[in-house]
Amino acid sequence: MSAVVSLFRRETRLALRVGGGAMMGAVFFLIVVAIMPFAVGPDLNLLQRIGPAILWVGALLATLIGLDRLFQADHEDGSLDLLTMMEMPLAVVVAVKAVAHWVTTGLPLVVVAPLLGLMLNVDPDALLAVSLTLLVGTPALTFVGTIGAALTVALRRGGLLVPVLVLPLAVPILIFGVGATNAAITGPVPMSTPLTVLAGFTLLSLVLAPVAAAASLRLALE
Amino acid sequence: MKLRGDGLACVRGGRQVFEDIGFAVSSGEVLQLRGPNGAGKSSLLRLVAGLVRRTAGSLDLEAGEEDVPIAEQTHYVGHLDALKPALTVGENLRFWADMLGRSGDAASVDEALEAVGIGPLADFPAAVLSAGQRRRLSLARLLAAARPVWLLDEPTTALDTDGQARLFRLVETHLAGGGLALIATHVDLPLPVATLAMGGATR
Amino acid sequence: MIELANPTYFMALSQRVLPWLWAATAVVIAVGLFMAFRAPADYQQGLTVLIMYIHVPAAWLAMMCYSIIAISALGTLVWRHPLADVSAKAAAPIGAAFTFLALVTGSLWGKPMWGTWWVWDARLTSVLILFLMYLGLIALWRAFDDPARAARPVAILALVGFVNIPIIKFSVDWWNTLHQPASVFRLDGPTIDASMLTPLLVMGVGYTLLFLALHVAAMRNEVMRRRVRALRVKAAGILAPAE
Repeated sequence: MSAVVSLFRRETRLALRVGGGAMMGAVFFLIVVAIMPFAVGPDLNLLQRIGPAILWVGALLATLIGLDRLFQADHEDGSLDLLTMMEMPLAVVVAVKAVAHWVTTGLPLVVVAPLLGLMLNVDPDALLAVSLTLLVGTPALTFVGTIGAALTVALRRGGLLVPVLVLPLAVPILIFGVGATNAAITGPVPMSTPLTVLAGFTLLSLVLAPVAAAASLRLALE
Repeated sequence: MKLRGDGLACVRGGRQVFEDIGFAVSSGEVLQLRGPNGAGKSSLLRLVAGLVRRTAGSLDLEAGEEDVPIAEQTHYVGHLDALKPALTVGENLRFWADMLGRSGDAASVDEALEAVGIGPLADFPAAVLSAGQRRRLSLARLLAAARPVWLLDEPTTALDTDGQARLFRLVETHLAGGGLALIATHVDLPLPVATLAMGGATR
Repeated sequence: MIELANPTYFMALSQRVLPWLWAATAVVIAVGLFMAFRAPADYQQGLTVLIMYIHVPAAWLAMMCYSIIAISALGTLVWRHPLADVSAKAAAPIGAAFTFLALVTGSLWGKPMWGTWWVWDARLTSVLILFLMYLGLIALWRAFDDPARAARPVAILALVGFVNIPIIKFSVDWWNTLHQPASVFRLDGPTIDASMLTPLLVMGVGYTLLFLALHVAAMRNEVMRRRVRALRVKAAGILAPAE
């Protein structure tokens, strides 16, 4: 079986079998959305206005927290050593792991988002737009996050360090993600403009992040 | 095929682990690394494996594959087992076979498991393996990866007499097929070896 | 209780009892639904009040199930009953399912009145938090490789959660009065007439039987799962002895 497929299958198998499986990210997303009204009040009009923002911040946090384990498990059991000794370049390894992480963590967020949008009184017609922007933007969050995960792989206190390192880098993604969603709901800017920029970020991160992460991983191995 | 190191030096954690190390190993030969703890045996193996940067000296593999880094023609078995408890024994080995296998005549996963004596455990979750069985699974990787240069760091750890006997048979077969091996171990190997004494150790 | 502490005895007893439980569940729920259809329609809500007969007992069961988990938690921590953690682990997904059912039916019931799919009123919000607490228990279990090791930590979490339920309820009620919306719809209507109460209670009994049947079945599965795990460890040592 091709090495890329084999790595992807192993990553998804491990993500689904270990810990909370694919549901952990979605549950965290749900919790973040559920506690917002306690802070801002249950006024449905207000929730509707800030709904897309809550969804995006929730998706951001759900993606980042838990990303620190992406490489740590392999580092701890010696798999990372072997992954650098293969024909497949380490950057490709990082990319495949990131895609697998997105499929098992990010994609459930996209699927659950419309349901949570209903709870925030988001206009039902706009729910599809919300999902679309998350679909386009969450891969960027995952890929940018892998850089933080790679930098902290050898550190015992990774934890909150990854979000601290990655959140500034994620700000542009957040801006255009929420911008695209709001454009879909209220206009007047057509949604396609910020959505295209968002897609650009995603493609850029797909290419650059694995390279940066691979370099960081090699440093950690020394 | 000949693996040669000249004047190799290595620094880890700010400490000069070793310097001016030289050796030569040809096909069919074993180089045993001996020395006290901290002498740099593991570091030398990891250096050849490409995991640690060399600060001086040169490393050369004659008659190896062209344009392929030396690290990709070696297989490294260290203290850690690179084993995922959530996968079965067979899934674990099949993964590494897919990722590391270079030559076409790599042993199949089942053959490799049989050779190390854990054939019946192929469908068991790796979590239930004992320490000795995990070490055998690591050794099975050597057969599945089928690379010409073997780098073994204390491979006899956790192995009983049967396990050690199987290990030595594996090494013999590997050497007979034109492979070579660097083995760091305190155990006396029942094979003709050249010795590299590190850290001021005497033979 | 002492006899039930023996898993083998429990397995034998539950195997005999389970078919009767399923039969009783089917009968009582069928009777309850029949009575629900015969009950008078509410003047304000019309026929959608039928959803009430699904929703209200589900909410009751959601609470009762957590109480069962809390008692099981005491069984694990205080009395060291060997089947206590099996009981808690089996009950958690069932409780989560009942809570989810209560949330969804609550939303469906309220949609015609509110105009939206969800409102953040005290009742629904409290049930939502209960749902999250169930998910937390399930998540903590799944985080451990060996389910037996998870028993004590999860028991502690369950008890802490149980003690917190009145605190959460009080806080959510207070939060809701701060933001009193213009009109308040109570999900169980202004008063519950006797003709409505009886089918409601019957459905409550039926749901309880359903829970018991599911709980016993889930406990059996968990016991068998642990046996398989133990056998595997033994087999690995026999098939390929090493060191």
